[in-house]
Formats: sequence, structure tokens, C-alpha cells
Amino acid sequence: MTLKATLLDGNEGAFDHKTMTPMQKLTLRFVLVGVVYYAFAAIEGMVMRIFQVDPGRFVGEGSLSLTDIDQYFGILTAHPLVGIFGSTYLLVFGAFLFLVPYLMKKPLWSFKAANWTLWTIAGGTFVFWVDGFVSHYAPLYTLYWPLPADFDQFHPLSGAIFIAGIALVMVGTALFVVNIFKTITYTPEGFEKVDGKAYLKSALGLTGFRNLRRRRKEQEEHLVPLPVAAVARGTVDTALNAAIILFTGVLILVFMVAELFGTTLKTTAVDSLLYKNWFWWGLDLIADGLVLIFVAGTWYLMASLITGRKVYMQNIARAALLVELVVSWTVWSHHLLSDQGQPAFLKIVSGELVTAFELITQGLAFFITLATLWAARPLKMTNELKFLLGGLLGFALAVPAGILQADIGLNRVLHNTQWVVGPHVHVAILVGLTMTLYSAIYYLLPVLTNGAKLYSQKLANFHFWAHLVGGIGMGAFMGMAGLQGMLRRTLYFEGEYTVYMVFAALSGALLIAALLAFLYNVVMTVGLKGAIGIFQHSDRDVKELLPTE
Amino acid sequence: MRTLQKGALVPQMVDSTTVLWGQTIVYTAYVLAILIVMGVFAYNITRDGKSPTVKDKLFYTFAAFLVILGMSLHVVTYNTIPWVPSDVHASGIEADKEFHITVADHEFSLPTERLMIDCDDMVRFNVTSSDLTYGFGLFRQDNSMMFQMQVVPQRADNKLLWEFTENGVYNIRSTEYSGPLGYQMIVEDAVEVTGCDVDAAGGTQ
Repeated sequence: MTLKATLLDGNEGAFDHKTMTPMQKLTLRFVLVGVVYYAFAAIEGMVMRIFQVDPGRFVGEGSLSLTDIDQYFGILTAHPLVGIFGSTYLLVFGAFLFLVPYLMKKPLWSFKAANWTLWTIAGGTFVFWVDGFVSHYAPLYTLYWPLPADFDQFHPLSGAIFIAGIALVMVGTALFVVNIFKTITYTPEGFEKVDGKAYLKSALGLTGFRNLRRRRKEQEEHLVPLPVAAVARGTVDTALNAAIILFTGVLILVFMVAELFGTTLKTTAVDSLLYKNWFWWGLDLIADGLVLIFVAGTWYLMASLITGRKVYMQNIARAALLVELVVSWTVWSHHLLSDQGQPAFLKIVSGELVTAFELITQGLAFFITLATLWAARPLKMTNELKFLLGGLLGFALAVPAGILQADIGLNRVLHNTQWVVGPHVHVAILVGLTMTLYSAIYYLLPVLTNGAKLYSQKLANFHFWAHLVGGIGMGAFMGMAGLQGMLRRTLYFEGEYTVYMVFAALSGALLIAALLAFLYNVVMTVGLKGAIGIFQHSDRDVKELLPTE
Repeated sequence: MRTLQKGALVPQMVDSTTVLWGQTIVYTAYVLAILIVMGVFAYNITRDGKSPTVKDKLFYTFAAFLVILGMSLHVVTYNTIPWVPSDVHASGIEADKEFHITVADHEFSLPTERLMIDCDDMVRFNVTSSDLTYGFGLFRQDNSMMFQMQVVPQRADNKLLWEFTENGVYNIRSTEYSGPLGYQMIVEDAVEVTGCDVDAAGGTQ
């Protein structure tokens, strides 16, 4: 085939969107929109990386004026939110809305709700992104009180629109939560009646926990596969997080609406430290809750799909997921180790000791996944396997980095430095999480497209190495700068950290190159007609997951 | 070594750079080790040969190792990083000197133009904010960080004790984001320590 023909019709013309079920199309829509938002976040990240190399070139008289300082902090606010909600939430929710019914061998509870999840999250992300870009509303995702309601720096209308966008995302999230739990527990029409409560117990891990105390022969059967149990437990944190963010959003909106109507409310009515505890409790349900649980579940799923075997130490794996859920409710204080008003017992118990459990639960998930793969040796180094190993490596690097900063002594010299956001946050998200998601995408691509053939293995290899080296490299150079005192969320105009920032930017460029290689490979695999076809209506039954004929 | 009112001992202060060097060495060694482990694993997993099932004993040993590692980190840092005991037991320590610093409208207000500190003084920094959440950090002339804390508004408990054992002139900088204006919150040469035998790395003018 000519290059033009491949671009239009896909590799060997093997992809025909007309054969796809509505669920396949919906899942691919989630993936496509999620990848587009990943590109948004990546480009924003690259803009900031370039800006950090030499901010003086971009501001002031005679400068290049690519962006100004307000714009920079507007991007800094939108960047993680677009990455988490617009990209990760959509990729993860889309995959799980397909995989939970696939693994439970029954249709999704509500196709319509899934569709609404996609468009409310995509729409909400677009609303807050545009608002941040245009109005430069920039309180950061941390929203430390009373910054989001500081109307000397931000217009209340821009803040209200921003919060409305976030609220839309949370509405879509709530629909996802309901859909997942209903799908696990409901009995579809024409199916044998199932005990919803028993399924819920199995999904939440109570069965696995009870089995730990029983002999092998006396153990209860797991009604729910291990990956579904992980999805269910991560979804509990997703629900709690959505509730916290919605509540906080309403609180902030009250101040904004009052301001718009000419009444200035006293921000001192809210205690900033109490608010900080409340908000970090909710935010940590993402960073230290659902991300870790969903990732562990995806590792188990990928390991069993790649090897065709059951996961090693399944009962322990299920119990560890439940422990991780409880841990995620009690670790928030590690974000407040430098807050002198925070009670010492919370710093030690929640901030240090309980947080250390994340090393244990994630370490066990790491070991279990490797042991499952090892038992099936020899394996072919497929794309899904190599990206899975990359994801495992990412968390193996990032979790210990996080444990180090969650120490009262070390936090005194690491808090808010580039160390936190480099070796911990970006390595966890870009290498750990994103490579795990790529593993699932490479596995699902032929399943969701009814056998489309990947255009180029060489591009997939380049994608892997450029992403791995770029992600680890960027984290490493940011970390080195952090250890030299470079703060996050600020600017340096005297070239204090230029060398580190140049290398971090080059690593970022590798990440962009990896993304472009991946996008080109996918477009050449399904073709432009196929990509458009994914958004066209399917005449097949919405209850059908994969084509039955 | 100081004695707290509660009887606990505060070890002699070491430079925070020393602590960060220790961390750098430990973490770099770990990174190299895990890269090698994953590389060897990825290589061997594609080789021919039957793998024995991983024994339960190995799994439980690894789990125990993680528990010991996770807990021992904090025990080790408590006993080796000198500012941790004084941080945890701050109320039981009498300061040699206390500075009251206020922050408002993205600006620090110091009691004097330069805060003068004698060597080995235990100093309490008492920082209050009347509007936003800020950070309070002390930085050497080479921009490396001495320490930092959060400054939560409308609260009187943003206090930090620090013992100075090296001569130097230090900058104050806000270490927390407080809106686009926050990056300018730097007071150069705000703190001077004199009378020590040792100069801070990049600390003197």
C-alpha cells in the first residue's frame, strides 16, 4: 500500500469501523480523547520546560514574549488537572468501562451513563483549560485557602467558570462510579439471578480477607476476578474524592458568587489549616489511593493476560488492595509535614508511619506481578510486556522517592522543591502510570479494532525507549536541581539552575518525540477514515461488547 | 548537645547539605540497583528454560523486608538528622533568640533590616501571615536550601527552631506558591551568622 492509502485506510486496510460494536467505539473514543488531552498536557509541560531554561528571555522588554508570567502560572495550574482528569481519568475510565463487563461476562449496566461520563469529563476539562488559558486563573490544583478566593489576583468570574469545569468532571466521575458498581452487582435481563451483596463483598475484598485465615480447602470462591476487585476498590476512592472536590468547589463558588453580586465574604471564616487537612485528605485519594490501586489492578490484569495464568498469591494481592484502600484514607498528613501547626502525632502516625505502608503495598504488587510473569518464562517481549515492565520500573523508582520526602527530617529540606515533582510525581505519572496505561492500550488495540495490525514495530520500539529515557531523565534532572534548592512553582531569572533545566527540557523533548511516534503509528494503523469512523454511530446492540458474528 | 525540658537530647547541628548528600548517595545506589534488577529480569524472562515457582518463603521475606525498611527509615532519620528532635519537641526548647516576621501582600516584614545571629544560637523564627498561605525558607548564597516551613494565614503557630553553627549570609524566600506575584518574594542577605569557626558552603558574601 502507498503511504497515502495507509494514511487514509489504515495498515493493510485491516481496520473496518463498521464491524465495531458501540462499546468498542465508545472505549476507543475514551482512549482517543484521553490521548489528545495527554498531548495537551505534554505540550504545556514542554512550554514550561522551555520557559524554565531561561524565563528572562520570555518576559520583559524586547523579549520573545512566547508567554508571560501570568500565562505561565495559568498553564502550571491547568497542566496537572488536564493530565489527571482529561487524560488519565478518561483513559482509565474508558478501559475499565470495557474491561469490567468483559471480565464479568455481562453487559455494562448503562451505555448511556458511560457516554455521559466521556463527554462531561471531556467538556469539563475543556472548560477549565480554556478558562485558565484566557483568564489566567491560577490558584494551582492545591487551592490553598484563601488563594482561590483572592480576588485581588483573580477575577471571581474566571474562578467560577474554572470551578464549574471541574464540577462537570466530577459529575462524569460520579456516573462512572455508579456504572461500575451497578455492573458488578446487577443481573442483566435473561441472566441467572446473582446475589449483588455477595458480589459487592467480593469486589471490596472482604472475601479475600476472610480467606487469609482459612485453610486452602475451606476458602470461599472469589465471585469477582482480581482486576475487577482492584477497579472496585479504586472506585471507592474515586467516589470519595469526587465528593470532597465537589464540596470544596461549592465552598469556593459561594465566595465567588457573593463577590460577583457585590458582597465580599470574609475568607477568615474558614480555617486555612483545617481546610488544608480536608482538601489534602480528598486529593490524596487520587495520588495515594485510586492511582496506586488502579495501577496494581492493571498490573495484575496485564500479567494474567500476557501469561494466561492466574496471578501469584491471589489472596494476598486482594488483601493488599484492601489495605491500600484503608491506607489511602489515612496518609494525607505527609503533605503537611512542614506545617508547624499540624499536630505532631498526625505527622508521625499519618505522615510517616502509615505512608510507609505504601512502600509495602506497592512493593508487594510489584513482587506479585514479577513472580506471575517469571512463572510463565519464556515470554515474548511484546509491546504490552515491555511497557508493563517500564510501568513497574517507574513505580519502583518513584515510590521510594516519595517515602523519603514523607519523613519529618528530610521534608524540612525537600518540601516544595523540584525533588518532589521530579523523581516522585513525574516519574510516577509519566513512567509508572502512563507506561502501564500504554501496556493496556497496546494489548487492547487489536481487541477493540477487531484485528487491526500495528503499522510499525520500529516506531513502537522507539516509543518505548524515548518515553522511558525521557521520563526518567526529566525526573532525574529535576530531582538534582531540587537537591540544590530549586523550588517548584516559582521562577529563577539569574540562570541558577540552567544546566539542569536544559537537560530536563531535552528529556521532555524525548517524551514529545515518543508521543508523536505513538500517534503516527496509531493513525497509520487505523487510518484517518477509521479514526473518524470511531465517532460515527454503530447499528449494533449496545449490550454487545465484542462482535458476536 | 542540648537537653530539652522533657529530658531528650538534641544532637549537634550538621549542615542540611550533608543530609542531602547522604540521601543522594543512598537513592542513587538504589536507582542503579533497581535498573540492573529490571534489566536482568527483562533479559531472562525471554530466555528458554523452565522457571521454578517463586516460593512463598521468599515472598514473605520480601514483605518483612519492606516493613522493616519502611519503619527503620524514620527511626534512622530521627536519630541522625539533628533538627528532627527539636522539631518534634519544639515546645520544650528555650530559644536563645526569637524573630517575629510578618507577611502580607506578598512581602516579608523583618524586625530589623538584617537578622543578626551568634554562632550556636538556637533561634526561633515566628512568622505570621495576615492574608495568604506562604512559605518561609532560608537559602545560602549558592541557592541551596537551609530549611523551610509553611506559613499558614491567621495562625500564630508558624514557628521553627534552628541552631546555626556556620558563618554565612542567607536569603529569605517564600517556598509556597501564593499566586503569580509570589515568585518575587525574596529578601536578599536577610540573615547573618557570625562567630563560628566554619563558613557555610556558598554562605558568606
